[in-house]
Amino acid sequence: MSLDYVKVSPGFEKYIAKEYRDFVEHGPFGKKVSVSQVGTFKEALEEHPMCAGCAMTLFIRLAIIAFPNPEDTITVGTAGCGRLAISQAMIPFVYGNYGDTNAVASGLKRGLMTRFPDKYKDVVVMAGDGGLADIGFSMMMHSWFRREKFTTIMLDNEVYGNTGGQESGMTTRGAVLKMAPLGKKFDKIDMPQLAKTAGCVYVATVVPNNPRRVESVIKKAVLIAREVGPTYIQAYTSCNIEYAIPTDKVMEDANNVEKDRYQFQEYITDEAKQYLADKWGYSEYKKKEIPGEVKA
Amino acid sequence: MSEQEPEQKTNPQGDVISTAAPVKVEAGKDPHAEAKKQRVVTPEYFFFEAPRERVFITGSEAGKEAVRRANVDFSIAYPITPQSETMQLIGVLYGEGYVKEYYRGEEENGVMSTMAGASRAGVRCFTATAGPGTLRGIEPIASWPGHRLPLVAIFTCRVVNAPLAIQPDNIEITYLLNCGMILFHAENQQDVFDFILKGFLIGEANDVTLPVGIAYDGFFVTHARGYVWMPPKDIKIPPRQAYHGAVPVLDAENPPARLSRDAPVQKSNFMAYNIHNVWQQEVWGATERAKKYINYYMGGLLEAQDTDAEVLLVASGSAAAQSREAVRLLAEQGIRAGIVKIRSLRPFPTRELQQACAKAKLIVIPEYNYVGWLAKEVKSALYGELNPTPLIIGGPRVFGGMSMPVELIVETVLGGLKKVSPTQVPVGAGAKGNGGKKADEMSADDKSKLAHFYQNI
Repeated sequence: MSLDYVKVSPGFEKYIAKEYRDFVEHGPFGKKVSVSQVGTFKEALEEHPMCAGCAMTLFIRLAIIAFPNPEDTITVGTAGCGRLAISQAMIPFVYGNYGDTNAVASGLKRGLMTRFPDKYKDVVVMAGDGGLADIGFSMMMHSWFRREKFTTIMLDNEVYGNTGGQESGMTTRGAVLKMAPLGKKFDKIDMPQLAKTAGCVYVATVVPNNPRRVESVIKKAVLIAREVGPTYIQAYTSCNIEYAIPTDKVMEDANNVEKDRYQFQEYITDEAKQYLADKWGYSEYKKKEIPGEVKA
Repeated sequence: MSEQEPEQKTNPQGDVISTAAPVKVEAGKDPHAEAKKQRVVTPEYFFFEAPRERVFITGSEAGKEAVRRANVDFSIAYPITPQSETMQLIGVLYGEGYVKEYYRGEEENGVMSTMAGASRAGVRCFTATAGPGTLRGIEPIASWPGHRLPLVAIFTCRVVNAPLAIQPDNIEITYLLNCGMILFHAENQQDVFDFILKGFLIGEANDVTLPVGIAYDGFFVTHARGYVWMPPKDIKIPPRQAYHGAVPVLDAENPPARLSRDAPVQKSNFMAYNIHNVWQQEVWGATERAKKYINYYMGGLLEAQDTDAEVLLVASGSAAAQSREAVRLLAEQGIRAGIVKIRSLRPFPTRELQQACAKAKLIVIPEYNYVGWLAKEVKSALYGELNPTPLIIGGPRVFGGMSMPVELIVETVLGGLKKVSPTQVPVGAGAKGNGGKKADEMSADDKSKLAHFYQNI
């Protein structure tokens, strides 16, 4: 629908807040924007109530810039810090019940495909590690088994941040947190591996201190989900409050964690590669011509 | 002559019954051909003018036939007895092209959440569950009204475990009464057919925009056959108008409504309380506004017969069917009794019930559950409203899957006429109400009360 649903009705311009008019005139809808252009356009997410130094907010901001068609994107979230920022964006957002994101997204996506068969309507789940790996685990896995065509992004801060610092399934073994007073007794869930096993056609792990990489994986994940199958991105988005990371050390922590357990990983099926190459012009996935090869 | 196909079991309409497979279509023919020929007609023509034929089918088949004519886009469910037969028949409709999206869901919390997502996308949604499934899905179900999602769900009532039982018992309705959804209780197969179709139009009305739940008693209605008058299968009601709801759909085509736009709404402060307060008032206000559509399409929130009689049976669902027979048996004994069947539990027909009960001296409320949710509703509606106050007996009740002998209702009426209620339980030995006597010291009068009680549970 591009700009139409945010456009101001003629004659009402002077009554509309400047922020809003700026978004219509200088926002990302109907344009191609990239993280390298930050500062030159009005972002869909600017103000938010998150804590100072929150890496999750930076990641969400980058992710929203990376959406290939923000004007035709709907985000789905659940309880947790992330939704406090996501809900501030100029993008329709569903906040349902605890851990229901991937079930809601399944219905939403199929409903939109029924109503708009000739149009891409991107559905993106953005929820925390507790919301996806613990309470929403079954619905998330089943959405992947069914090969639902939407992207799931885990905002992994390895703790129940919004709830007040309880251990989650994505917490590392041994970490002492509320409800794990003697240290967590089992390993961090290997969700990327589970995603591959469950049928995700694109899986990536990232940290937010590399904006271009974040942008790249989000774009690919959303595009691939349009036609090929489910995609999953797991982002380390530290909780500087519960893990007591000084605000000015948040990026340093991300660097350390990247080296320790969050190395960049990208898994993409051949079908997804071909789709990106053929449909969206990704040259790196174009089949290389071998000189002298005899074609069948 | 070509080889004969093995004979398929069909219902009187010629549709394959109780099978997961769609009707066989000859090679080269479009399996959706029949569905594509369906014409959209106005609700007025569909409900009030179209010719109807009478068929003898189960409640599950009545549900299927309603969905066939209901222009449903999206329908998923998790299998659970006694609902599964209905939903696998919807699968047949999907195979034939009458329903656009369909699959077996993962479990009810997931299913009801998925229904919420699909309804937000603006498509017409239908689902079903039963007993334990209802409770498993109750978190998303209870949030549908707040999200203003006009979908239709059927609840084929069964026991809520434990102990495990799959038999009918409509205790689950007590959990559904206070969600804010429209809730009907179907008595028979005809009600199932009518309520589903009308439910879409009532729930999708602009000033309602609420989910509609249709409860009916498992097995007694789902699996038993009854006569259903239905219009031909080549017509259907108009599709959902996505942009006619009170709350915008989330399709990135129009400005969305955000329930959680601003952080303060989610925190504990005056604004948060106020917003939530206003929103709840609006949801319950919408159930009240649904009354005019219920009256228009369903002919009233309740159905009353012979309310001049001094004895009135007030019932819903299968208990209403049993009450009709009790009225006949009582007439044979020279006792005139009227009947009030509650069709709509939410909105509850408070004023209509007060009017219907104005002349009653004895009101008996038979139910298929232990807790007596209908008796509580009726007593709340009538308390302090009638002069002289009638004797209201909350019973008889059967539960755990028992059927209700009509004689039990008759006995309760006869007892009531003598001012004896079967729910006046004789208290046990040593209790104050028994005058501190031990059980073996019961007076003759107590023993007869005890006998009366045990006869009637």
